[in-house]
Amino acid sequence: MIRGLNPIDCDVHPNVPGLKTLLPFMEPYWADTLVQRGMHELDSISYPNNSPLTARADWRPETGKPATTLEQLQSQLLDPFGIDIAILNCLYGVQLPFSEDMGAAYARAVNDWIVKEWLDRDPRLRASILIPIQSPELAIAEIERLAGDKRFVQIMTLVAGETMLGRRHHWPIYEAAERHGLPIAIHAGSSYRNPSTANGWGSYHIEDYVSQAITFQSQLASLLSEGAFRKFPDLTFVMLESGFTWVPAFLWRFKKYWRGLTMEIPWVDRSPVDIVRERVRFSLTPFDGPQSEADITKIFEHLGSDELVLFSTDYPHWQFDGNDPLPPGLSDDLVRKILVDNPRQTYARLR
Amino acid sequence: MNIHVSEAEAKKRAARIGLAIADGDVHPALPKPQAIYPYLSQRWRDHMDTYGMIPRHQYQAGPAYPKGNPDASRRDSYPPEGGRPGSSLSFMRAQHLDPNNVELGILNPLAPTPGNAQNLELSAALATAMNQWQLAEWLEPEPRLKGSIMPPYEDAAASVEEINKWAGNPHFAQILLLSRTAEPLGQRRYWPIFEAAANHNLPIAIHAFGYGGNPVTSGGWPSFYIEEMCGHAQCCQALLASMVLEGVFEHFPTLKIILVEAGFAWLPALTWRLDKHWAKFKGEIPHLKRPPSEVIREHVWLTTQPMEEPDIRRHLKDTWDWIGDDRLIFATDYPHWDYDDPIEALPIRLDDEPRRKLFRENARTVYGF
Repeated sequence: MIRGLNPIDCDVHPNVPGLKTLLPFMEPYWADTLVQRGMHELDSISYPNNSPLTARADWRPETGKPATTLEQLQSQLLDPFGIDIAILNCLYGVQLPFSEDMGAAYARAVNDWIVKEWLDRDPRLRASILIPIQSPELAIAEIERLAGDKRFVQIMTLVAGETMLGRRHHWPIYEAAERHGLPIAIHAGSSYRNPSTANGWGSYHIEDYVSQAITFQSQLASLLSEGAFRKFPDLTFVMLESGFTWVPAFLWRFKKYWRGLTMEIPWVDRSPVDIVRERVRFSLTPFDGPQSEADITKIFEHLGSDELVLFSTDYPHWQFDGNDPLPPGLSDDLVRKILVDNPRQTYARLR
Repeated sequence: MNIHVSEAEAKKRAARIGLAIADGDVHPALPKPQAIYPYLSQRWRDHMDTYGMIPRHQYQAGPAYPKGNPDASRRDSYPPEGGRPGSSLSFMRAQHLDPNNVELGILNPLAPTPGNAQNLELSAALATAMNQWQLAEWLEPEPRLKGSIMPPYEDAAASVEEINKWAGNPHFAQILLLSRTAEPLGQRRYWPIFEAAANHNLPIAIHAFGYGGNPVTSGGWPSFYIEEMCGHAQCCQALLASMVLEGVFEHFPTLKIILVEAGFAWLPALTWRLDKHWAKFKGEIPHLKRPPSEVIREHVWLTTQPMEEPDIRRHLKDTWDWIGDDRLIFATDYPHWDYDDPIEALPIRLDDEPRRKLFRENARTVYGF
């Protein structure tokens, strides 16, 4: 039970009920475009609307998408779980359009909708700035437009976009994030510019979802190899809905190759294990871990730090049943860190 | 790792190892690319001279990401008579097989990899040539070495033909695919290969590397060789997920696969994730009746090189226990630069029985020797 411990839920997904919801938040040209061209929803194939993953059965309304109203969020999550602060990470697919301008128009509309319908109506809520990552220039414009609102606590994008996240193409975005003290959150999901697995297009939704954790590994390798952590020493990266049991094995391999190939990336001048422990955080759910308490304890030992994991429910996604999202066997001290201390340490704007 | 071994030292090493060992990943090489020509018809020799292989990446010659060393090889592995590292049987004996007490070395030739060729007819011709070359120049002269049947794996029908040609030959121990296939390996286009393997009771080894045309990550092309090298572990996770989720092992219940040179420590986390989400998505993949962990435990072996190295060594023992000590096969990757030395590579201390399994018994079980 986490009620009474004032948990900070770092991964909550409000849903845009439908395109029309956004009309009042769009500039006239884009509002017209949306109607004139008969545009479809930007719902991503990463989360098919009726998939069991996309909403826990008891959080799914009789009709329409889950988690579209503040009242649902309050009665299903905030109140029963005693959530102190919830960070809203809307997954409406502003990263999906090929047009940079269209992506930016949608990002602005969704961000403004989040402010009006959610942040302004419940003081427990915070949010991520969605950015049109298709264009660093437009992404930075959106960051500058909203960074003054302290209820935005980070900047969010998807784990798979047009190019690798470590590449210098993205660095101006990281520069803006660092300047505003905003972490970069990387959430599961893809804009599908590349096949859904490293070996081509898979066949199944489950394959896509399992592969998300694999893509996170590649992106972490990219951020490390390109030197993003050294270039932006005050920037934190938060991996959301990434799973984290893969982290130790990934680092064992990466560090071994780093020792052998330092000449290729000489700017990585300290252990990648230390860099990740200091600068990267991971949300709790889905907990893709072993069943036994003894083995779960080992996972946290292998992580080598109790400061890496941030509490999340992933509401309304189905990652656990009942009212206890924590894996069994965690010490009271670790639970407090995951629920409260680690999120506060990660997000400057929550301190 | 680069080491130098003199004859006296070689005997001392062999004594130190004590055990006769199996090595699941040895790379024989052509001394030069044209050395395959005697096994190609004039039509394909002309083609290679005029057009080259035209692989599924950007360069006429060499890898998509420049390696860290020439030929990705140990600096001390160049044969005294000349030629590429790994191209001399006598030097391989002197530098590797004898001093390391190797009683069973599995050959995984990598260049040329028939599956990399865009032209599928050329792919089939190269496959036949590589198999003939292995037999004539390595397997018949050296009984400690066993070969890999190399099929032109992007063409399933031609692959079955090639596999049928060699499957009865006791010099071949396995069928070899590379991990970077054109589509996820569990997909139907590859099933005839699995069927042939099951019919002949041959394990399928899937060695990291190759070029199928897709980026090595699902987020696009990375910049660096280190990312490609680490990325092979991600590719192998994706291909194993594909094989399990597509129901390959339900359909071919005797199929055995060996994942080579992709590491192994990533397997428990992948298995936990597959199990967790399988329980949720049974409606999408009703053909997968058992939890993925059971399927993987029954059908999958892994070679250990490049051995993952945690800062706290005993953590690797936890991983070992999660995977099962009957599933890991020692491999050196001779003569490549990230070679694992049988004396030095293992970061944890194993008892005699698991040690025997790692260095010998598991290989004998899976290859049926």
